Amino acid sequence: MALNSVSLALTGSGGAGVMTSGQVLVDAAAKAGWYGLMARSLGPQIRGGESAALLRLSPEPVQSMDDCYDLMLAVDWGNIERFASEIPLTSKSIIVTDPAQGEVPEIMRRNNPIIVEIPLKEIAKSVEGGRINMVALGLVAKVIGLPEDYCIEVLSKALAKKGPEALEKSIAGMRAGAEYADKLTGVPTLDAPRTDHGERWSITGNEATGLGALRGGVRFVAAYPITPATEVLEYMAPNLPKLGGALVQAEDELASINMAIGGSFGGVPSLTATSGPGLALMTESIGLSVASETPVVIINVQRGGPSTGIPTKSEQVDLNIAINGLHGDAPHLVTAPTSIADSLFTAQWTVYLSEAMQAPAIVLTDQAMGQARAIIDKPADLAFVGQRRKPELVSGAVEDGYQRYAVTNDGVSPMAIPGMKGGEYTADGLEHSPRGTPSTQAQHHQEQLDKRERKLKTFDYGDHWADIEGDGEIAIITWGSVTEQVREAIDRIAETKGLTVKLIALRLLSPALPEKMTEALKGVKKALIVEQSHSKQYTLMLKAHYDLPPVYDTLHRPGPLAIRPHEIVTALDALVAKS
Amino acid sequence: MNIQTPAPQALTFADYKSDLKPVWCPGCGDFSVLSAITKALATLQLPREDVALVSGIGCSSRIPAYTSVYGFHSVHGRALPVATGLKSARPDLTVLVAGGDGDGFSIGGNHFLHACRRNVDLTYIVMDNSVYGMTKGQASPTTEGDWTGSKLTPEGPGVAEFQPLEIALSAGANYIARGFSGKPNELTKLICDAVEHPGFSLIHVLSPCVTFRPEQREYKTMVHDGFGGAAFDEGTPDRREAFRRLMDDDGYSCGVLFKGNTPAFKPQTDAPRTIEEIQGDFIL
Repeated sequence: MALNSVSLALTGSGGAGVMTSGQVLVDAAAKAGWYGLMARSLGPQIRGGESAALLRLSPEPVQSMDDCYDLMLAVDWGNIERFASEIPLTSKSIIVTDPAQGEVPEIMRRNNPIIVEIPLKEIAKSVEGGRINMVALGLVAKVIGLPEDYCIEVLSKALAKKGPEALEKSIAGMRAGAEYADKLTGVPTLDAPRTDHGERWSITGNEATGLGALRGGVRFVAAYPITPATEVLEYMAPNLPKLGGALVQAEDELASINMAIGGSFGGVPSLTATSGPGLALMTESIGLSVASETPVVIINVQRGGPSTGIPTKSEQVDLNIAINGLHGDAPHLVTAPTSIADSLFTAQWTVYLSEAMQAPAIVLTDQAMGQARAIIDKPADLAFVGQRRKPELVSGAVEDGYQRYAVTNDGVSPMAIPGMKGGEYTADGLEHSPRGTPSTQAQHHQEQLDKRERKLKTFDYGDHWADIEGDGEIAIITWGSVTEQVREAIDRIAETKGLTVKLIALRLLSPALPEKMTEALKGVKKALIVEQSHSKQYTLMLKAHYDLPPVYDTLHRPGPLAIRPHEIVTALDALVAKS
Repeated sequence: MNIQTPAPQALTFADYKSDLKPVWCPGCGDFSVLSAITKALATLQLPREDVALVSGIGCSSRIPAYTSVYGFHSVHGRALPVATGLKSARPDLTVLVAGGDGDGFSIGGNHFLHACRRNVDLTYIVMDNSVYGMTKGQASPTTEGDWTGSKLTPEGPGVAEFQPLEIALSAGANYIARGFSGKPNELTKLICDAVEHPGFSLIHVLSPCVTFRPEQREYKTMVHDGFGGAAFDEGTPDRREAFRRLMDDDGYSCGVLFKGNTPAFKPQTDAPRTIEEIQGDFIL
């Protein structure tokens, strides 16, 4: 394995507190200087029930899960069958089980993992006010060589409001658990963390998306809750007012998208966040944003579909609706971050694009990166802040009779904002003349269609349209959260086989930029397309817009299980063997 | 109502009209509503650039382009959310919303309920002609159940009429009135009053469709001033009394029904911070 890392799964029924243990572990590991990733697996009912904290820690940056888990600690076995398949184990994996919770279920024993019995509940009882999740925390921290002090530092901050007594009880529980660490041997040890590192952040993809939008200038948000996008909105809610902005909870997604369009018409960069079902409801009004040229950003955190689907699990299946779901000829922007950390960049950049081009922009993140927490290096400060072309800044735009939809070379027309004298116009979803008056004239329709297409196609997206890394005659073309697993697979192949593989991960999914793709694919003879979709939505989109290399394969499958790096390595081996 | 006509007027009602010719049929009630809106704006002397008129889809929803203020002709049923977003993001603007009975009470019905209870400071003018005119005469939510004038429902819609005022009162609207397009001066007064009243205001306007509902020409003989025996401008702040007056309403009472005291909705505010300070939450 190329990457030195340890993967941990802490499971238990709702209320057992394994999420807290996981959170403390990842933050403490970060304080110690390691990087980390923590995902949460929840049952189908979204709230309550069984849960699992899935962690991976490493001295190197990690933003994707490994092939399998080194250590699984089960506080109990309630409903384990519901997410057992999300915790792949091998014969080298260790299961820690409490004998009081009964036998290790057959479903977890399939690959003959090493089973170690530790009486977690009894240990917790032996300490005054001891909690089982703190016993688990102490045990796991000790086993992986995470010094106790870092856990205490994190806990003391988390328990600050509960007083010193609560902290003491937690520490006592941790220490009681740590005493059993000798019973576990064979868990991979982590290399010493770097000590010379700069500022690090602990952030989820949904938070990073929200922060990126704020940095891009979003100051109005209309919100309707939906799993797994709610955290984007919940992050922005308390922070918008601090920046002079506002959030309104809408009655449904039909309202939230239209409220965002209304806020944007008022000159305030505006956003809403949703997931597949909500995006479906919003599509009519995204068309209004196209026609009226009122910018708006829609964060769509993809989940398993169709219909209610699998709300708590990830899939990359809203690509079709995001690109092609609008009625009429309706050019608009679709972007996607390529990692948890990149959610910040992509969201900020997308706000900038939307504002600059006065067009709606859909950002496709997904549950896997949205709801996972990563330890990342401090993201760079970016210059991308939304700026609209104001009539005041265009000579003659107002004096000669203001034309809201003036036909311009770059397709972007000066946009007046209420409060500006002389700029009064009516924004309209009806086709219109350059002045904005409703029109059914062929010429008006043609020139406005041309203009709305031109502004997206001639814009200078720079290098940000895709993440292009490495070189070679073989390329992997992918997108979204899967990109991190692809990066890991590419590293492994380089290390084990000496084969260099090029990565092309599109950040800009619409409009298509065929010339840039041709340039990126220069010298590439074979390609592997990797996506998490049953019907190959991404592959079909690529085929429609780009000239792909003569030989290509697609690794595609639905959720809810994450695509693991070893699957990509296997698919790549098969492609290499192909003539 | 204490609306006084200001002495030398800088802007006349004509200044609030655009040079576009309305698409409406001759005799349509909406012409008078347009006049009343522009007269109200002139009475209030609101700078054109500080006013926005938002609408949905339908005959009456074409109204923003006929004015010279900022306008948004949005999509069917969504005028209230667009206006809610605009007013929440730009509380400094005066935001009016206009549309018809189908747009507001059918496809936009859920937004109507929630706009009433959210109580954002908006003035919603519904031109009710109990018919979908733009699609050539189908029954709307306020059409009588036994109206057989539509090919779509030849036996009549068979559904009881939607009661906009009762529902607005139940849902929490802070100002509720009814006007008649045939009495534009009274309507002007209602619009001024509603704009000046905080929170969500509904003005239900009987506005005849002479093409598909020619019998509505008779509205002029049916309308009368005041709800439940009260005077035209004698709105009550008491919900119980307002409901009582509504129970006696024959659908043609005109005037102010209800003037509530609920403060207008305002999104949360907080002490100013910088992005750097906000980002500090993520630093380990």
